[in-house]
Amino acid sequence: MSTLPPAAPETPSQSGAEVLLRALKDQGVEVIFGYPGGAVLPIYDAIFQQNAIRHILVRHEQAAVHAAEGYARSTGRVGVVLVTSGPGATNAVTGLVDALMDSIPVVCLTGQVPTHLIGNDAFQEADTTGITRPATKHNYLVKRSGDLARVVHEAFYVARSGRPGPVVIDLPKDILIGPAPYAPPATEPHRSYRPQTAPAPDAIARAVALLKSAKRPVIYTGGGVINSGDAASEALRRFVRKTGFPCTSTLMGLGAFPASDPLFLGMLGMHGTYEANLVMHGADVMLNVGARFDDRVTGRLAAFSPGSRKIHIDIDPSSINKNVAVEVQVVGDAARALEAMIAAWDADPTEPDRAGLAAWWRQIDTWRGKDALRYTQTQARGGIIKPQYAIQRLYEITQQRRGETYITTEVGQHQMWAAQFFKFEQPNHWMTSGGLGTMGYGLPAAMGVQIAHPEALVIDIAGEASILMNIQEMATLAQYRLPVKVFILNNKYMGMVRQWQELLHGGRYSESYSEALPDFVKLAESFHATGLRAGSVDELDDVIHAMLDTPTPVIADIAVDERENCFPMIPSGAAHNEMILGPEHEAEAAGITDAGLVLV
Amino acid sequence: MAAGDAGYAFATISVLVDNEAGVLARVIGLFSGRGYNIESLTVAAVGDGGKQSRINVVTSGTPMVIEQIKAQLDRLVPVHRISDLTQLGPHIAREMALVKVIATTGEKRSEALRLADAFRARVVDATIESFVFEMTGNTDKLDAFVELMRPLGLAEVSRTGVAAMARGTSVI
Repeated sequence: MSTLPPAAPETPSQSGAEVLLRALKDQGVEVIFGYPGGAVLPIYDAIFQQNAIRHILVRHEQAAVHAAEGYARSTGRVGVVLVTSGPGATNAVTGLVDALMDSIPVVCLTGQVPTHLIGNDAFQEADTTGITRPATKHNYLVKRSGDLARVVHEAFYVARSGRPGPVVIDLPKDILIGPAPYAPPATEPHRSYRPQTAPAPDAIARAVALLKSAKRPVIYTGGGVINSGDAASEALRRFVRKTGFPCTSTLMGLGAFPASDPLFLGMLGMHGTYEANLVMHGADVMLNVGARFDDRVTGRLAAFSPGSRKIHIDIDPSSINKNVAVEVQVVGDAARALEAMIAAWDADPTEPDRAGLAAWWRQIDTWRGKDALRYTQTQARGGIIKPQYAIQRLYEITQQRRGETYITTEVGQHQMWAAQFFKFEQPNHWMTSGGLGTMGYGLPAAMGVQIAHPEALVIDIAGEASILMNIQEMATLAQYRLPVKVFILNNKYMGMVRQWQELLHGGRYSESYSEALPDFVKLAESFHATGLRAGSVDELDDVIHAMLDTPTPVIADIAVDERENCFPMIPSGAAHNEMILGPEHEAEAAGITDAGLVLV
Repeated sequence: MAAGDAGYAFATISVLVDNEAGVLARVIGLFSGRGYNIESLTVAAVGDGGKQSRINVVTSGTPMVIEQIKAQLDRLVPVHRISDLTQLGPHIAREMALVKVIATTGEKRSEALRLADAFRARVVDATIESFVFEMTGNTDKLDAFVELMRPLGLAEVSRTGVAAMARGTSVI
């Protein structure tokens, strides 16, 4: 026991709610996406009495989390959510899991009934920490006022450190009302959570030696490069160009390497390009930077890139050797690892196999020659719009007129076409629900992006089914004058469901038709937005131009070919070299095994 | 993966965690959520003024799965350290069992006592119709004793699960 007299306890003069806001401010928070309710009234009262932090009132708690995700992903900062207890928290769960799966840093504040009522089935009580434990990277229930400030600071540290993710802080109402002491952010390292960010030099040396020996290399990058920050994308560009190796990206990694660079093969995986998937299949050395060998990417694991020796850079050791065994493991931050690789590449006197690489590129060019993303668009007056063409024109026109564009998507065929046909040159400009595949993500995410970038062009590429899952957020757009453009590829079907039913379930379109759709133009108008419609190919460009000319939020309803399927496609349970390239190959899908059929 | 597959093995893993609400649920939830096996699990506060707890978990899987379990445990925020005792080599693993035998005939009663003596089990409760034996040892030894008691009137078993530690000077 110390013999020193105890320090005089600071007499707290602030309420828990005020301490909470002070801690948020010290964490650099500028915006909160939230929805009030009984348990969080003290926080809303404190918000009312300050100006440092702006609150954006969403129309559903799920949307608050997606908006925070859009904000986080487009800025590299932590997104912040505030919801009430019970249904407020349970409504947020889908967003939390979405952020968990895609490694998006979010801090979600949830109200809770007062501590003395916890466990009593009180009104709007839910076991929020219990429910969100597997839905978050970490969560807290603040039971003592003295812990409040420390927990808030720790939550931000956990959310943004290592592999980022969502963190919930459950806040009982008595903690918010009662006095609480303030504590600034900790200066010493966290007692237990200290992710490794510096790569081991010997692992880097082995990785470089392996890459220099490659005849048929491939660099496969993922969302980890985006999460690491601009320095990682910049280092990736230098490394890829230095090596001259072909580079492909997962859905989550698009933009880290510029799509226009000839070294880029396009996206890989289930709806990836022919060349990207065949390069993965035929490679002899693979470098994975910040991707996780997801099943959408690997296809049948036993047949995944069978001849390659693999290197995996990841900040999360649990992502390494999870699905695919790799030879060289590099645990660390993507930017630091890539910088170390560049230095080691230059320092290693071994010459890479330039002749082998040249032969590899000749092979790749023949695969590219297949032009597997091709489609046929009639230009006849009244001709039906192909969804691919709609996105291609959206891309071309936005590039001519605006340049920098932020794209969000919902989930389904339109999402894959957006990934295939919208070319991303910069990181943080593409926001999509990759891991969880959450329909209803795109509109609220676009809202969050627009809040972070008020002057930017933000477009939600949507489907007519997905958009209805969070359509209420049109009201949020109106309230805050957020000029988000919703670009609906309307094929009157849950398109990806319809596609799988066509290819795998004998064309029995069970419950996938979008019956009784709203009139999207009138819907837009009722939400104080502008509604536009293109019914045929000759109307498309005018609608896109009109959309970009409109200063308000817009819903552009683009009627597209109902029967168009998204190709190439690696059917479930198949390998990269068993792609279906187009309608002419659809019969091949009949060969899908029962083992493949159980996969999603 | 199931027992019998190539490389499938048991592993005893010790985890040092913050002794805070919900930490056990995090660990158990990780195992159930990801489909890992729990053969045995013990937890109790140890050291650092009761601020830390030690969890000993016996699990099973292929080497890749065991590595994955350790990596997943390690990224839980309240986890301080992890030690794969099986991988480290020789270690001590002990559990305690209370075994109730209901036996009324003299022959079965004396046989139960003889076997208990051979297994170094102690009688901690006795009536004219029953015994409760307390026994400490490794899992195999406890399993063997329980099986031997079955024909003699085995009525109830309560086991603690495994507490484990590396031999020698190495610490978690």
